[in-house]
Amino acid sequence: MPRLFQANAGRRRFLLGAGALAASAAIPQALFAHTGGSSRLVVVILRGALDGLAAVPPYGDPDYATLHRELAIAAPGSADGALALNSIFGLHPALSFLHERFAAGELIVFNAVASPYRDRSHFDGQNVLENGLAKPVGSADGWLNRALAALPASGRAADRAVAISQNVPLILRGEAAVMSKSPQATPDVDEDLLARLADLYSKDDWFSARLSEAVQTDQMVDGAGDSANAKQPARAGYPDRVTAVARMAANLMRSDGGPEIAVIEASGWDTHANQGGAKGILSTRLGSLDRALKSLADELGPLWPQTAVLVVTEFGRTAAVNGTRGTDHGTGGCAFLVGGAVRGGQVIADWPGLGRSALIDNRDLKPTLDLRSVFKAVLDEHMHVDANTLAKRVFPDSSGARPLQGLIRA
Amino acid sequence: MQAEIAVLRFGLGARPGELAAATGDPRGWLMAQVKGAAPLAVDTPLAASDQIFAALLAARDERQKMKQESAAPATDAKVVNAIRAAYQPHYRAQVLARAQSAALTLKPFAERLVHFWSNHFAVSADKGVVFGLAGTLENEAIRPHLGGSFVDLLTAVEQHPAMIAFLDNQYSVGKDSIAARFASRRFGPDLNAPKRQFGINENLAREILELHTLGVNGGYSQADVTSFAQVITGWSIGGGKGRLAGGEPGRFYFRDNLHQPGPKVLLGKTYTEQGVRQGEAVLADLARRPETARFIATKLVRHFIADDPPKAAVDRVARAFLKSGGDLPQVYAALIESPESWQSDARKFKTPEDFVFSTLRALNVSPGQPEEVVRTFELLGQRQYTPGSPAGWPDTSKSWDGSDALMHRVLWASRVGAKYESGVEPADLAASSLGAYARPETLTALKRATTSGQAVALLLMSPEFQRR
Repeated sequence: MPRLFQANAGRRRFLLGAGALAASAAIPQALFAHTGGSSRLVVVILRGALDGLAAVPPYGDPDYATLHRELAIAAPGSADGALALNSIFGLHPALSFLHERFAAGELIVFNAVASPYRDRSHFDGQNVLENGLAKPVGSADGWLNRALAALPASGRAADRAVAISQNVPLILRGEAAVMSKSPQATPDVDEDLLARLADLYSKDDWFSARLSEAVQTDQMVDGAGDSANAKQPARAGYPDRVTAVARMAANLMRSDGGPEIAVIEASGWDTHANQGGAKGILSTRLGSLDRALKSLADELGPLWPQTAVLVVTEFGRTAAVNGTRGTDHGTGGCAFLVGGAVRGGQVIADWPGLGRSALIDNRDLKPTLDLRSVFKAVLDEHMHVDANTLAKRVFPDSSGARPLQGLIRA
Repeated sequence: MQAEIAVLRFGLGARPGELAAATGDPRGWLMAQVKGAAPLAVDTPLAASDQIFAALLAARDERQKMKQESAAPATDAKVVNAIRAAYQPHYRAQVLARAQSAALTLKPFAERLVHFWSNHFAVSADKGVVFGLAGTLENEAIRPHLGGSFVDLLTAVEQHPAMIAFLDNQYSVGKDSIAARFASRRFGPDLNAPKRQFGINENLAREILELHTLGVNGGYSQADVTSFAQVITGWSIGGGKGRLAGGEPGRFYFRDNLHQPGPKVLLGKTYTEQGVRQGEAVLADLARRPETARFIATKLVRHFIADDPPKAAVDRVARAFLKSGGDLPQVYAALIESPESWQSDARKFKTPEDFVFSTLRALNVSPGQPEEVVRTFELLGQRQYTPGSPAGWPDTSKSWDGSDALMHRVLWASRVGAKYESGVEPADLAASSLGAYARPETLTALKRATTSGQAVALLLMSPEFQRR
């Protein structure tokens, strides 16, 4: 039987060809030296709308157990109870690594947050989360790409951001060049073929830009310390996939001339039926996420102290359980900021409560903080993008969302 | 260039001789394909959704037995594995038949439209219960109605077990339904007793409005979503247990005992129909609304003409949709009659599906083994029937044009070249697959290639082959 499509793990030794490749490939190694102490940012997008009331259970709210019923997480100390943060909030018991980081002063937990989007479509919600505007249409590029263009110069020659996927998600699309790299290996593409393609693409900017980008990224992976791991194909089920993606991000960031910013994505949060409580579908997903974040931290190793990881989702879910032991699309939700650079140990939540009159449309947690206030703070304090650019270019029409302060260690 | 546009943009890429066949009357060549149903082009026997669902129920029973007989409870992983094992042969057979049909069909415009609707009404095999059923929605609900009316297509899709299961409607229960009232008598008035808790799941109702008919800006409110969810309580699948008993296993089944009785208001209109007819009446109205016409027209024009759909073409297609009451051949005709369809410079970047199917057609080969197809799409980032979300795969180049994705295409093209190099004359291949789109510099590169395998890879990766 033909094995035409069988991938075999090998290492590409790509020699620089002529034509379009030369420009990107012939960068002298000296330019790749790290500029000391510069910051690293990882954005984790949870697609499908994570239930914030399960991930960050407000066990101290008197209405929580009544509304979230069998999906509610019990108070800390009880069997399968929440991991305590303070007298109102805990973390889902599957989030043990995050809880450890909270204790170590490296995690900020946000609750009752949302993007400016107020309807309940995943797809529009994700657009707003990523385009940085107040509405789902109107921008073909993402806020992180616009921020990229405004980063202080680093002296690096390579692209400064990477999407860990085959294609670039909206948040990173735009004028600034970015890499994409999936954990699935592309071993041993014939060097001569690549050089000939470079020639064939020489009159087509669109293709030649992508090919040189791909070759450049591949060299970086080959140069990464743990390249054997980084090239491990992620064929297995969900848990391994997220961890593989996180490790890939870390390996690339740690390599010489590696990107300062990475975006990773995880799906499977749209828990309309049989969501489960301390155990079950959502718990399994959260456990995978937690392990992926731990892998990210472990693999980043020496870079962790200068890293901030932002974990966000498009919106929250209904406060009450629906007819199928799940939750439907909601509004306010949670977010996390974790990393060695984070001034952690804080819960930031201007809690509106879950009483009937406090809910939006009698059903959703009311957001009291605009996620853009968090994004701006991270870009300002951590990535040193100047405030004026943030207000005007990166997040236009966001004057109502003033940046928070004190999220990042001085 | 008209034949090239008909075959490459509207079809699935040229097989040898196909450009010549379309040359005389490209529009007629297209329209002749979309009359009536669009069955698979291969007669592989595929199991029907009810048989497959029965296999799933049997696997569940088996696991139930294991649970009762064994001291150690079956783990979640074991349950999932049992379901996957029951489903996997079906998934693989469906994926293989789909690729073979795409490779061989003589009606590639109809086949592309099948793929279009399958993506419009997306289910995702990522969800355990859908895994073995995903292809049956396409084959059972979409193919028979391709050349019919939109309302029939819509109704067949929303009543297909794969859609009901994907969007969780089978357990959605009206608060005043027979089942809920019975439970209330039996378990008493304690609202917090677990067995007493019934309610709707609004997933299917929301996605019908947002993704299948009106579109997200189609003017509906949260109240309309909730009301529609009440309307379709009881739309379920036969063959369950307890209050889900009854019906033929694996077939659409209206469970009267779960249905929220009484009239309901949706988009300002009161629906007084009883039972399943109430939901069907809503679908019939949705299918004729101008918002639906516009939403479908926009998606068709984006798919066939350009990422940024030209307004004139959208207007024309939407008008045809409204005027004909959603008669699909008239809608397709309006698309083909739009002058914007025939501009040779507006080209779409191929998705991995487009790339693979057009490669098979160019080389005049059809895959023989399911794993060839499964692995190919895994490599290229478009595992069949797994868009992951009910919105389906994205249909613009920005979602597919990452540099890493390009490298995966190069890798695959080089393997295809190595496999099929014998007996191929690269210049002929360029002529039969690209016609007038083949650029001189590509032909030169093919001539200079060191092996014909390398030439095939260069042709497949040329900018003109990568676009349609």
